[in-house]
Amino acid sequence: MSIMGTRVKRTEDPRLLTVGGTYVDDVRVPELTGAASVTFVRSPLGHARITGIDASAAQATPGVVAVLTVADIDDLPPPPPPEGPPNDAAPLPLGGVWQEPLLAVDRVRYVGEPVAMVITDDAYGGEDAAELVSVDYEPLPAVVGPEAALAGESLLFPDAGSNIARTAGAPADPAAFDGCEVVVERTISNQRLAPVPMEGRAAAARWADGKLTVWVSTQNPQISRFIMAGAFGLDPDAIRVVAPDVGGGFGAKIGVDRDAILVAWAAKHIGRPVRWAETRSENLVGMTHGRAQRQTVKIGGTRDGRVLAYRLEVVQDTGAYLRLGGFLPFLTSLMAAGPYDIGHVATAYQVVVTNATPINAYRGAGRPEATAAIERAMDLFAAEIGMDPAEVRRRNLVPADKFPYQSPCGARYDTGDYVGGLDKVLAGAGYAELRAEQARRRERGDVVQLGIGVSSYVEITAADADNGETARLEVHDDGSATVYSGSSAHGQGHDTAWAMLVQDDLGIPMDNVTVIHGDTDLIPFGIGTYGSRSLQLGGIAVHRAALDVKDQGRRLAASLLEASEADLELDTERGLWHVRGDPASGRTWAEVARHAGADGLAASVNHTDATPTFPFGSHVAVAEVDTETGKATLVRHVTVDDAGTVLNPVLAEGQRHGGIAQGVAQALLEEFVYDADANPLTGSLADYAAVTATELPSFELLASETPATVNPLGFKGIGEAGTIGAAPAAQSAVIDALSHLGVRHIDMPMTPVRVWAAISETRSPR
Amino acid sequence: MKVTMTVNGRAVAAEVADRTLLVHFVREVAGLTAANVGCDTSSCGSCTVLLDGQSVKSCTVLAAQADGREVVTVEGLASGPDELHPVQQAFRDEHGLQCGFCTPGMVMAAVSLLTENPRPTEEQVRSGLEGNLCRCTGYHNIVRAVLAAAGAMEGMEQR
Repeated sequence: MSIMGTRVKRTEDPRLLTVGGTYVDDVRVPELTGAASVTFVRSPLGHARITGIDASAAQATPGVVAVLTVADIDDLPPPPPPEGPPNDAAPLPLGGVWQEPLLAVDRVRYVGEPVAMVITDDAYGGEDAAELVSVDYEPLPAVVGPEAALAGESLLFPDAGSNIARTAGAPADPAAFDGCEVVVERTISNQRLAPVPMEGRAAAARWADGKLTVWVSTQNPQISRFIMAGAFGLDPDAIRVVAPDVGGGFGAKIGVDRDAILVAWAAKHIGRPVRWAETRSENLVGMTHGRAQRQTVKIGGTRDGRVLAYRLEVVQDTGAYLRLGGFLPFLTSLMAAGPYDIGHVATAYQVVVTNATPINAYRGAGRPEATAAIERAMDLFAAEIGMDPAEVRRRNLVPADKFPYQSPCGARYDTGDYVGGLDKVLAGAGYAELRAEQARRRERGDVVQLGIGVSSYVEITAADADNGETARLEVHDDGSATVYSGSSAHGQGHDTAWAMLVQDDLGIPMDNVTVIHGDTDLIPFGIGTYGSRSLQLGGIAVHRAALDVKDQGRRLAASLLEASEADLELDTERGLWHVRGDPASGRTWAEVARHAGADGLAASVNHTDATPTFPFGSHVAVAEVDTETGKATLVRHVTVDDAGTVLNPVLAEGQRHGGIAQGVAQALLEEFVYDADANPLTGSLADYAAVTATELPSFELLASETPATVNPLGFKGIGEAGTIGAAPAAQSAVIDALSHLGVRHIDMPMTPVRVWAAISETRSPR
Repeated sequence: MKVTMTVNGRAVAAEVADRTLLVHFVREVAGLTAANVGCDTSSCGSCTVLLDGQSVKSCTVLAAQADGREVVTVEGLASGPDELHPVQQAFRDEHGLQCGFCTPGMVMAAVSLLTENPRPTEEQVRSGLEGNLCRCTGYHNIVRAVLAAAGAMEGMEQR
């Protein structure tokens, strides 16, 4: 029986549960013996000129090995020349006047920006010495939020002449809304979030014998190798990057940050191994943030619920430097139409720099923003025409017979049954009964009102499918197998998933399959884990390598059995090759592998796909809102998340659970906040409201599998779907609980203060 | 100062700086790296261990405060490599972990919770684990695991 689609327990877990994972700070290898500890001196100001750095007191302290500032970086090649003006294919203006330095040169642009490095014999001493580094700052006017950035009274990059790094999209066309009986427009916030992987950033490095070895908590060890080769002017072969166990990433560990590059540089510069693991308070300002869009939605249609036109304008606050933040509104625009068949959809965006932590990918990366915008718009439209929000969605979803569907925003949705998904989740949630209960509470005038939020979404996964992913499969003389994967896991369960694929294709039991990832000496080429790409690219690469090995195995077994290849069969239950009709003639994988030549029995694959895939789904959130205190509580969350064929429901459900939690957290709790002077107000976990177990219900997941057609196993990505669907559903539920009072919108996060204010506004005389 | 404690049944003694935190003593002196430092405000619980049978956040306890006392970490929980503690087994069965970083602390917090309340409701599990953050699982399977472990441990006691 095939193992595909079965609930296989993770092979990773016994180790993680008994001795714990080996994260960067846990690495105890001889190469790091005597490693010094790196502590960063970070900017305490959001925007300031640096007029002097005095490290003498720190340098004179016992235990201090070195204090390094930008003046010490004299052994690196200059940054690459600026790229051309941005366009849709390369939307980021990198380098040139927007260049992000490794250490602050003469200006700091956000609280937490690295200014100097203190290297000490031990970590406690590093914190002491860092306080002794005296930096003279001359404060500059802070740019906080998109309005201030657009106003341009203070510039982060004077040489750029503007805080606007990119403007794109179509100008507003008033005629687009001709023929609409109802038009609604609203400006909403998709707030700045901190990713908060439980393991913060960490790196350790050693330079010896002309080779740099870097242990780093990253989603992309191979890409990190090439980034560092460029930064250091080294041949990539002179760098080994190891991503040991990685304690979560959520997009914020894509590639390698300047801090980790500096740690690697320091090891080479001072000629001693070094290690660094940031504190959580450093992490909250130093690690990139996510989201941070101000959106203006305009939606129009007929009173019978047909949406005819939609426009989305985005101002992307990308923080102080242009990372992937500059790319997010491109993805938001690509997915702006959502799962709906709307005749006219147009988008426009601006990317602005502000005195805040740089924005990067965070679970969903541009797609949750697109979904949040259109789902809010659909709700506003539904409220305006007085129609049930689920019904409005049903009337506008792309019908099942229209796939593949070319969206007006440029995406080609591959496969789907959007209406089927919506109907399934409404039935699963008991939508009609929920509405009846809501009506009863309204009738009674209960203090605690009930709200029901519905969201539908489509998202894009493996958006860069053409970059592909690598896999190498070796079958050894003892019949065991090793997979070398270019896709490096940080909690997803690759070891289990890849072993399942090998067992299914070859009949080599999972227990005999070792999965290796995250070491560029063993796997020099690979892309990594982000954008919900792993299974459909990395997994398919493993699958294709297994099929290649199977072809080789057939030839070898035919030779062993002196039979025709065409007569050979692989019994995947027992892992035996035999002549058709003669099971007794079986040859094991061990025998077949021993019969292979000097190169052994192995296959390497770089699997690319021509197109991305488009998972879809619908969520129903049920919230209770205390109308006296404004406290909103999520009481149920029901979802259909269809990501094509499911390899292992245990893993897929886990991804959905975590995704839902992060989406709900955005809707109800989390926001990274700055004051008017660009000081973080949520710079520790005592202030940043990372979601806890008490703030969530158990989730109700419904199964749905509409296979992709671009890859042979029907996989799409599931890593971000939960987040994308959950935030708008939860937001909608809270607003819906108050809709009878006239509340139409509340910005995320829907804290008691905000909810209470929205209620009060409806009660006060206008 | 000289600190001596029992860690997972083994006596560990060392001369350490006064300000040494228990979590660093466990990680650097005892060499047990499962307990992790996930924050600096005593918010996340990744460093949770048992001190004389009670769960503590070891980033908020000085090693000196543990002098002469008994510490149990997740490494000391299983009776053998193939004999998981019921809480560990339940986390495995219910997929109560993904990246694994919060797991050693989460498991120890769950052990402590079940010691104090062997038959918790879902709500009690959720509130009992409020001081332990997980970013991967949405807590769904962690809660299921703790409830399953409670059932399994009750079953063992009845046998």
